Amino acid sequence: MQRELRSPLLDLRGVHTHIGQYHILQGVDFAVQQNQLLMLLGRNGAGKTTCLRTIMGLWKASSGKIFFDAKEITRTATPDLARLGIAYVPENMGIFAGLTVRENLVLAARAGDPDDARLERIFRLFPAMKTFWHSHAGNLSGGQKQMLAVSRAIVEPRKLLLIDEPTKGLAPAIIGAMVEAFRELKRDTTLLVVEQNFHFARSLGDTVAVMDSGRIVHAGAMAALAADEALQRRLLGLSLESHQ
Amino acid sequence: MKIDWIPLALVPLLALAALPLVGSLPTWVTLTVAGLAMGMMIFLMASGLTLVFGLMDVLNFAHGIFISVGAYGAATVLTRMTKEMQAESLASDLSAMVPAVLAAMALAGVLGWFFERVLIRPVYGDHLKQILITMGGLIVFEQLIHVVWGADIIPLPRPGTITGSFIVGEAAIERYRVAAVVVGVLVFAAMWAVLNRTRIGLLVRAGVENPEMVESLGYRIRRLFVGVFVAGSALAGLGGAMWAMYQEQVTPAMGMQVLVVIFIVVIIGGLGSVGGCFVGAMLVGLMANYTGYLAPKLALGSNILLMVLVLLWRPRGLYPVGRA
Repeated sequence: MQRELRSPLLDLRGVHTHIGQYHILQGVDFAVQQNQLLMLLGRNGAGKTTCLRTIMGLWKASSGKIFFDAKEITRTATPDLARLGIAYVPENMGIFAGLTVRENLVLAARAGDPDDARLERIFRLFPAMKTFWHSHAGNLSGGQKQMLAVSRAIVEPRKLLLIDEPTKGLAPAIIGAMVEAFRELKRDTTLLVVEQNFHFARSLGDTVAVMDSGRIVHAGAMAALAADEALQRRLLGLSLESHQ
Repeated sequence: MKIDWIPLALVPLLALAALPLVGSLPTWVTLTVAGLAMGMMIFLMASGLTLVFGLMDVLNFAHGIFISVGAYGAATVLTRMTKEMQAESLASDLSAMVPAVLAAMALAGVLGWFFERVLIRPVYGDHLKQILITMGGLIVFEQLIHVVWGADIIPLPRPGTITGSFIVGEAAIERYRVAAVVVGVLVFAAMWAVLNRTRIGLLVRAGVENPEMVESLGYRIRRLFVGVFVAGSALAGLGGAMWAMYQEQVTPAMGMQVLVVIFIVVIIGGLGSVGGCFVGAMLVGLMANYTGYLAPKLALGSNILLMVLVLLWRPRGLYPVGRA
C-alpha cells in the first residue's frame, strides 16, 4: 500500500514523437513504479522501441512530458539521463564489438574501474562474462552479447533499466538464464522491458502496458493479462499456449 | 591484443615484389626508404581525417587546408631562424624545428576548432552538405592564405643536420627521409598508446563504432568530437610541416594537391582505422615511389589500382572498423 502512495519513478504523459514525416508515438501515457518491472508489449511497429528511445532522449518528444524521479526530463540530453541513473540496452544490444568484454564494462563504469562487488554480481549472474573477460565482444555468441549488454547496464548502480527485446533471437537455454538474471535484478532495480516473448514477459512482469499504433491500449497487472486469454488475443493477437 | 598480420605483411611483400622489377639493390633500397618516408608523411596528414570520419561520420574535404596552414605556420618560424638552421648542430636545428612544428600544429589545431564549431557542427549527419561546405571552406581559406602570406612559392630550407645523404653499402639514403620515418613511427606509436592504453582512447574507439551508445553510457560525444577534430587537424598541420620541408617549398594549394592521395589511404586502411591508415600510407608511399621510377606516368594511377585491388579483397578496407 505504501508503494502506491509514492510517485512513480518514470511517468509519461501524452508523449508524441515524430520521426521525419511519421507520427510514431501518438499520446503515450503510462507510469513505472519504483522497484517494479513493467513489460511493454505490442505488435511489431506499435511504437515500443520508439518509446524507449524517446525516454532515453535519442529521439525527442514533439509534445507531452516525461518525468523521472519527479523531475521533468523531456528535453534532457541523453548523457545527462544516463548520469541521472537510467541505463539503456537497445534492441541491437549496442555492444562495442572491437572492444573486449572488460573494456566494454570499464567504459560503462564512468567513475573509474568497475566496483569489485558489482563485478562479482555480474559474474554470478552471467559466468560467461568472466570466462570471456579478455575476448573481443564481437567474437561472443548472440546470447553472450546480450549478457554483456545487460552487464554493462548494471556495472554501475542504476535507478531504471530500459531494455529492448532482451530475448530476441536467443536459444531457450539462454532465455532461461536471462529470466533468472532479471528476477535477481528486479529485487533492487526498476525495469522497463520491451518484449515480444509473452511467456518471458508473463514470468517476470509485475505490471504490463500494451501498445498499438503509437498508443497505450491496455495497462494493468501482468497477472490479470496472463489469466485472460481473450484479452491477450484481442490485444496481442496470440494465445498463451502458442508461446509455451 | 589479437593483430591481423595479413595486411601488415603486404608492406614487405610489395617491397620484395618490386626488387626484381627495379633490378638494382642500391636503387631499390633508396626507393624503399623514400617510399616509407613518403608513407609516414602521408600517414601524419591522413590519420586525423580517418579518425574524424570514423568517429564523427564527417566527410571533411577541407582537411587539405590544415596541411597548408601547418606548412605556412612552420615556414613562418623557420624562415625567421635561418641562422640557427645553418649552425650544423642538432641542438641548434632543434631550437628552430621544435617551435616550427609546434606553430604548425597550433595553427592547424585552432583552425580545426573553428571549422568544427562554425562550418561542420550545423551539418552533422548530412554528407552532401558536409562536402559542399567543407569544399567551400577549403577554397575560402586557401584564398585567405594568399592574403596573409602571398601567392608566391616560399622556399623552405631544411635544417643542416637533416640535409644531404649518407651511404649504406652502395645505396644513397637521404637523412630527411630517415627523420620522416622516425617521426611517423613515433607518432603512430603515441597514437596507438593513447587509443589502446587510455580511457580517452577507449572512448574514441567505442565512439567510432557506436556514438549513440557512448552517449547512452553518459559521455558527451560532442566534446569528444571537438577534441578529436582539433587533434586530427593538428596532426595534419604536423604532416604539412614535414611535407613542406620534404619539398623544400610551401604553396597555398599543397594541401589540396595531396588530398586525393590522403583519401586513397583513408579508404584503403578502412574508414576510422588508425592502424589501417598507417599500413595503407606505407603501401601508397612504396607504390608511388616504385611506379614513379619504373613507369612515371602511372604513379597516381597505380595508387588508384592499389585501392581497387584492396577493396576487391576487403571491401571495407584493410582493417575495417565495425560501425553500428
